[in-house]
Amino acid sequence: MSAPKIILGAGVMGLAVATELAARGVPITLVDPAGGPGTHGCSWWAGGMLAPWCEFESAEEAVLRHGQGAIGWWEKNAGSVVRNGTLVVALGRDRRELDRFARRTEGCEQIDGTRIAELEPDLAGRFDRALFFGREAHLDPRRAMQALQQRLAAQGITAQPNAPTAGEIIDCRGLAARDAVPDLRGVRGEMLVLRCPDVVLSRPVRLLHPRVPIYIVPRGGGVFMLGATMIESDRRGVVTARSVMELLSAAFALHPAFGEAEIVELGADARPAFPDNLPRIGRAGDRLYANGLYRHGYLLAPAVARQIADHIENGTKGEFWHETDDQR
Amino acid sequence: MPVFYGTEIASPLMLGTAQYPSPAILAEAFRASGAGIATVSLRREAGGGQDFLRLMEELGVPLLPNTAGCHSAREAITTARMARELLGTDWIKLEVIGHTDLLAPDVFQLVEAARALTEDGFKVFPYCTEDLSVCGRLLDAGCEVLMPWGAPIGSGLGLSNPHGLKALRAAFPDVPLVVDAGIGLPSHAAAAMELGFDAVLLNTAVAKAGDPAAMARAMAQAAEAGRAAFLADPMEPREMAVPSTPVIGKAFLS
Repeated sequence: MSAPKIILGAGVMGLAVATELAARGVPITLVDPAGGPGTHGCSWWAGGMLAPWCEFESAEEAVLRHGQGAIGWWEKNAGSVVRNGTLVVALGRDRRELDRFARRTEGCEQIDGTRIAELEPDLAGRFDRALFFGREAHLDPRRAMQALQQRLAAQGITAQPNAPTAGEIIDCRGLAARDAVPDLRGVRGEMLVLRCPDVVLSRPVRLLHPRVPIYIVPRGGGVFMLGATMIESDRRGVVTARSVMELLSAAFALHPAFGEAEIVELGADARPAFPDNLPRIGRAGDRLYANGLYRHGYLLAPAVARQIADHIENGTKGEFWHETDDQR
Repeated sequence: MPVFYGTEIASPLMLGTAQYPSPAILAEAFRASGAGIATVSLRREAGGGQDFLRLMEELGVPLLPNTAGCHSAREAITTARMARELLGTDWIKLEVIGHTDLLAPDVFQLVEAARALTEDGFKVFPYCTEDLSVCGRLLDAGCEVLMPWGAPIGSGLGLSNPHGLKALRAAFPDVPLVVDAGIGLPSHAAAAMELGFDAVLLNTAVAKAGDPAAMARAMAQAAEAGRAAFLADPMEPREMAVPSTPVIGKAFLS
């Protein structure tokens, strides 16, 4: 029997690959220096929107096609997915942004103030028009990763701090894999967590704005995640004053009660991305890798994990398979 | 083709590099249009944007770093020096914002920064208004190119003051002039070039189009058409109809 596959990285990518391989009976070892998902990985700071139809506004068609399966995958493997759709709004003078957004996406319904009030009573009277993407869902990323981790632990798989010496490596380290995987770059994202018991939202709300588009994802219990900036930089760790001002002023414009919110957390990290902002599976030297999930970690990890598991099981090369010129 | 500070550029189209769906789509827009210069913003990418800059260097066109987002001469000067160090170029698109809502240039700070940077060896491309005296001051400060706005950045409104731009062309016949900002459609780009401008610089109109590469190509074609029309010495418009075939001498007057 060959040595277990070694999965490097217990972020959303590594956990999804581990889950998928374990389900198919492939022996694996999970390796993460921190012993599991945490603040060292960018999936810790994610929004957790399962929103392929909205993302299609600026993402490639593959994101729309492969992202749709994510909702069912997370429901099956982590539970606690909320299927309440997404609401998209714009402030008075940016209302034309709604038309553009509707044109560039699929699967939305144009709704009026009455319907907005039915869906989100706390936004009653604040917007007279919105887009409703009814098929979308959201989850709490940290809880979802912990759920995968617990399920794996129940099968005897826990993350080790060091990699064993024998066994094929599946590199899922995100941006940290730049030492092994070519063409990766970081795209910085900053987020805030607010506690604001005065506002109740049942679904992610996106506020379109030509300069500072934001989204707010309810985490339950009066807690909201507010994100996220997109900056071409691999700097991690600190949130800038400018980003906090921009994110907060947008939240305040969405609902003034956010002005009284408690700031629970500020976070920043760098998303791993390839030049086309699509994920890649491939071979680099001695290892397989799955990387470049960009801002679509939770949305695309299931599809990428399935493709890498298919490759390991029967050698198929899925849509995200990437070969460098000298590999062809 | 336009010549800036002694360097001839391959196209009258200059493109910004922000807001594209991905670097791959950005590169496609450059390939499809043959744009001659890429402007890059340094301010927010400071410390960590090297990967993106490397991708921009792979475009194979001269890079023009800018001081986007700077609100004072001092800030802009610091950013320009950082850009020179990072990119190894003494070109700088100087942008000093005075009004947040309109992103209008602060022309006083602009002139001050232009003078300081020129003295420091920079080749300054100032983002300015079409005001004649401001433009004169910028030339006095050492600028050898002027980049007046067509309309506010990202507005896509086109040329809001064509008479002012025309007057600028007439006042400074030998200075390379670029319409920077406000261009939303190829017809705007053509209109600027028909006025005798040397180039157009735009970003949002291409980056935020549904098909950025197709829009970039359309912009390049329009800029070239506008330039060709200017060089062809267009007819003067007039109030009266002028028949293109003689009327007198025909058997019947129609």
